[in-house]
Amino acid sequence: MRRVTLKANGVRHELELEPRELLVYVLRERLGLTGTNVGCDTSSCGACTVLVNDEAVKSCTMLGVQADGMEITTIEGLATNGQLHPVQQAFHDHHALQCGYCTPGMVLAAVSLISSGEATDEAAIREGLEGNLCRCTGYHNIVKAVAAAAGVS
Amino acid sequence: MTSTETTGTFVGTSVKRKEDASLLRGRGTYVENLNLPGTVFMAIVRSPYPAARITSVNLDAARVAKGVVAAFSGADLAEDWKGSLPCAWAVTEDIKMPPHYPLAVDEARYQGDGVAVVIADSRVLAKDAAELVEVEYVQLASIAGVEEALEEGAPLVHADLGTNECYVWKLDSGDVQAAIDAADVVVTRRYVQPRLIPNAIEPRGVLAQAGPTDELTLWSATQIPHVLRFALQLVLGIPESKIRVIAPDVGGGFGSKLDVYAEEALAAALAKRLGVPVKWTEERTENYQATTHGRDVVHEFTFAATRDGTITAVKSEAKCAMGAYLQLVTPGVPLLGAWIYSGPYEIPNYSVTFTGVFTHTTPTDAYRGAGRPEATYVIERAMDALARELDMDPLELRHKNFIKEFPHTMASGLTIDSGDYKASLDRLLEILELDGIRADQADRRSRGDAKQIGVGFSTYNEMCGLAPSRILGAIRYAAGGWDSATIRFQPLGSVQVVTGTSPHGQSHETTFAQVVADQLGVDVDEVEVLHGDTAVSQLGMDTYGSRSLAVGGIALYHASQKVISKARRIVAHQLEVSEDDLEFADGSFSVKGSPDRSMTIKESAFAAFSAHNLPDGMEPGLEETATYDPANFSWPGGAHAAVVEVDTETGDTRLIRYVAVDDVGNPVNPQIIDGQVHGGVTQGIAAALYEEGAYDEEGNLLTTTMTTYLVPSAAELPSYETDRTETAADNPLGVKGVGETGTIAAAPAVINAVVDALSHLGVTDIQMPATPERVWRAIEEVRS
Amino acid sequence: MIPAAFAYEVAESVDHAIGLLGERDEAKLLAGGHSLLPAMKLRLARPACLIDVGRLAGLSYVQEEGNSIAIGAMTRHKDVADSSALQEHCPIVPYTAGQVGDPQVRHRGTIGGSLAHGDPASDLPAVILALGGELVARGPAGDRAIPARDFFTGVFQTALAQDEMLVEIRVPKLGPERGWSYKKMSRRAQDWATVAVAAVVERTNGSIDRASIVLANMGGTPLHAAASQKAIADGASIADAAAVASEGTDPPSDHAASADFRLHLARVLTRRALEEAAART
Repeated sequence: MRRVTLKANGVRHELELEPRELLVYVLRERLGLTGTNVGCDTSSCGACTVLVNDEAVKSCTMLGVQADGMEITTIEGLATNGQLHPVQQAFHDHHALQCGYCTPGMVLAAVSLISSGEATDEAAIREGLEGNLCRCTGYHNIVKAVAAAAGVS
Repeated sequence: MTSTETTGTFVGTSVKRKEDASLLRGRGTYVENLNLPGTVFMAIVRSPYPAARITSVNLDAARVAKGVVAAFSGADLAEDWKGSLPCAWAVTEDIKMPPHYPLAVDEARYQGDGVAVVIADSRVLAKDAAELVEVEYVQLASIAGVEEALEEGAPLVHADLGTNECYVWKLDSGDVQAAIDAADVVVTRRYVQPRLIPNAIEPRGVLAQAGPTDELTLWSATQIPHVLRFALQLVLGIPESKIRVIAPDVGGGFGSKLDVYAEEALAAALAKRLGVPVKWTEERTENYQATTHGRDVVHEFTFAATRDGTITAVKSEAKCAMGAYLQLVTPGVPLLGAWIYSGPYEIPNYSVTFTGVFTHTTPTDAYRGAGRPEATYVIERAMDALARELDMDPLELRHKNFIKEFPHTMASGLTIDSGDYKASLDRLLEILELDGIRADQADRRSRGDAKQIGVGFSTYNEMCGLAPSRILGAIRYAAGGWDSATIRFQPLGSVQVVTGTSPHGQSHETTFAQVVADQLGVDVDEVEVLHGDTAVSQLGMDTYGSRSLAVGGIALYHASQKVISKARRIVAHQLEVSEDDLEFADGSFSVKGSPDRSMTIKESAFAAFSAHNLPDGMEPGLEETATYDPANFSWPGGAHAAVVEVDTETGDTRLIRYVAVDDVGNPVNPQIIDGQVHGGVTQGIAAALYEEGAYDEEGNLLTTTMTTYLVPSAAELPSYETDRTETAADNPLGVKGVGETGTIAAAPAVINAVVDALSHLGVTDIQMPATPERVWRAIEEVRS
Repeated sequence: MIPAAFAYEVAESVDHAIGLLGERDEAKLLAGGHSLLPAMKLRLARPACLIDVGRLAGLSYVQEEGNSIAIGAMTRHKDVADSSALQEHCPIVPYTAGQVGDPQVRHRGTIGGSLAHGDPASDLPAVILALGGELVARGPAGDRAIPARDFFTGVFQTALAQDEMLVEIRVPKLGPERGWSYKKMSRRAQDWATVAVAAVVERTNGSIDRASIVLANMGGTPLHAAASQKAIADGASIADAAAVASEGTDPPSDHAASADFRLHLARVLTRRALEEAAART
């Protein structure tokens, strides 16, 4: 077991982790943050995407012990004082989710894409979301939502 | 054709979704998020071989591994099953329906067939311990190809049946052979539609909790809580009244969660045995083996036509892979399209034959469109082939043969209530601006550009809603096609709706609230829609086959009318007028000629609750239930076009435009309809260009993960152009289904586009998915 | 989805990591983890011990050093892609780093991890080989600079000894007379290359007379298209040189393509890479 300290959504946690515990399961099972979902086992689908030190990372491809000292933002940490983050709001306005299972990962990937300045037009947004798979929406409205949140057309 | 007598405040507008509030905040209640104290976790040991005799299962090491609570083989649990995992559709009298139990005992029949189960304190320890189970197999010969499985000497999936032929089902009308003999042109083509993996992003999962006297609560990532409850009583021998099935938030299904699965029965039986809750979630690689697949059919398809392009006959013979076992709807999936092999065209002579075939593969079952994409693919590919034979414009050929007047009874025997296929195609062409595409195509051809473009069309209709129970009975489907709605007006004016449908992304909480709000004249935010819990929704047939609005929505309408009718009686009594003297509009009853004398429907709800002054003999409360059995299937239709750019040197094909014009009747929520079209179309495009669930000849799955089974991302796709034409369905809301139309139409549009892009080189056909290699080989073949 | 159990150590220095590699059985270094962890989650790889070098300061840098650029092995793909020094002096490297995987992968995966993984289908190995770069390995006996041509020895095999760690990658500055191109064909944007071609060409006296052309996913390691390179040196046209690109290769057949198709793709992509690289001189 390994002692690890990390911050999740601004809250500091001290945990004793088995090295093989994936970060996604640490978030879900140790911290009760079940908003981050598991969709595959080959780092393909991106449903598990969270922000680690403000960058989008697939939490299934990171060990919890690797996150020692890091700051993690999950979907639960995006809204502030009950107010949706602009990306969440845009997803709502543009009907960018149906079953919602890929949504937390998709939203956080979009947040990271926008904050890195790479969401410059539709093509760049589509490329930027290459690591997040959705089966319900066909991406059309997701791209519109991200473009709206990024202030591009 | 009736339309609603409402103000239409909400229906027809893009009300934003109620579902988003929790899903966007990461507060979804997917099964994997649910926990009960004391829960233990299941891991299944699965056969690595497509066919093998199981000679021994040694659980000794597993049983003493860390954290393990118990472990069982198929033989250990054999007595727990009162019945086989059910198949609800014995399509013919002589269909072969081998038993199918949750764990194999003597023989494994597909790669992934469960042979043992280990239960431990955590998912991790259950997985570790499952590796310690020692199973001795004697591998047997096996076969995966649907045609090869019917050949003389092919390995048998069920030896005692003596054949791999599960059934032969036919529908004949008119005299197809005479029409073929008399025809000027006969086009016969063979089309292969590969196996697809539905791949909902949420893997399947189940949590089962048993009480001391047979009570069972099961949370499952299912599309069918009602059907599952019914089925579990057959499998477990527990009366339905003691079973509660809850579908919490479900992360997509597309048909793959429309089933009664081994793991659901196992979790229930083990919860009963062990006296603690039992949980299971599949890993993705496990999903690819353990959850049903779609398609895997080979058609020989024929159109007969006169020289001027009038199609006189259609003949289709299809071999359809069942997989190793029959799951809930497996043999019936091809039949779901059996009556529309004439598509949107008027064809007087009709013959459709399906042969169901067992193969050593994961069972197939419904996958978005279920039988109708298969039909539309062969029809729309063959239309282009016929156009080539006739040297006729493919759009002109379609126009010429469209059904023009409605209602129309097809040669297959069913009647389409409404449609206007010409209007959809005309609108499509307005949006598409085909001339510009053809000009660009001509320029590139004359320059000999490496990148060529092509445009392909798909004009379709579809039969959905699963519909009239008596027709379902006549075609030997075990269940009915009705659905129910209960509308419960609370004393202080809010409304609870209980539906028998079970949404998993289809937005019923929003759209059903819109319908009821308009009917009752209340605000959409005052209507709460409950679903998915058999303790709450007693009557229902769940969600699949684009039935929810077409059937469940009409149940809402009828329940609303009952509520309004009772409210009217209360108001008439309290205002001392006759019911005929009252007008109902905007949620209020007012006296004709004296509009100041009025009472709102909400006031009548309180009056019903307080019961101080109700008509003699009237029961208190304002709650009504309607169960609706439709008179007909639902008949959406439309016209789609795909524009592709093909790199003729590398074979790489990109979809650059996709236009969809659909007639889904009266639109309830345009934005949600568009979303269904986007998602549906994407799965059809994916089938055309990316996805193939490939097995080797013996039944070893080759595309085992999401790195080799290619679900496309946003980077592979363009934005879509959608529009609608509208003919009202023959129901009080005028609505048709939309959930599967996109998938039904899209694949042939894309493949027709690829063929069009290469037609100047002499290419006339390409196998789906049109991978770069297939495109390259098609070009090389015509060059040589 | 769940790796088999393993022991875990955090390296406090490169020497500490090397020491642990030497003393622990079946130990592997964990950098970004985006090559190693996926294999472990499918239980295809089961190292007994992981040595986490992800926290080592001082191994993430891009530095100009005379005619070369030195890249710390732990530099993440995203930082390689964003490096202005590389964009100016050796743009094929940042361009290709931007092609690896998807954004999430690029935020965690490292250039050193990718190279040390030795996957013949990966992007960066082909590019480093095409550049004739050097890979600096540190072991108990100190540092050694391994030329790229000696580094990739087989499928998931490199010249690194069991107790060596890759610490730095050195690439040449290209200069105006050299052009570059990286042509990657993949089924989806997030996928590994079906086939990819890295080309660095040199123009002297008006014509392209030198080319370093490396193919990804055409054999057990990234491979020089030696026949094409010789053809260019002998004055052949780009079209003629590209026509022999697949000679001496042994491509795999898999879900994405058959070997025959890969042979064809290698020729087409080589032509396109040479044309683009030539246009950049």
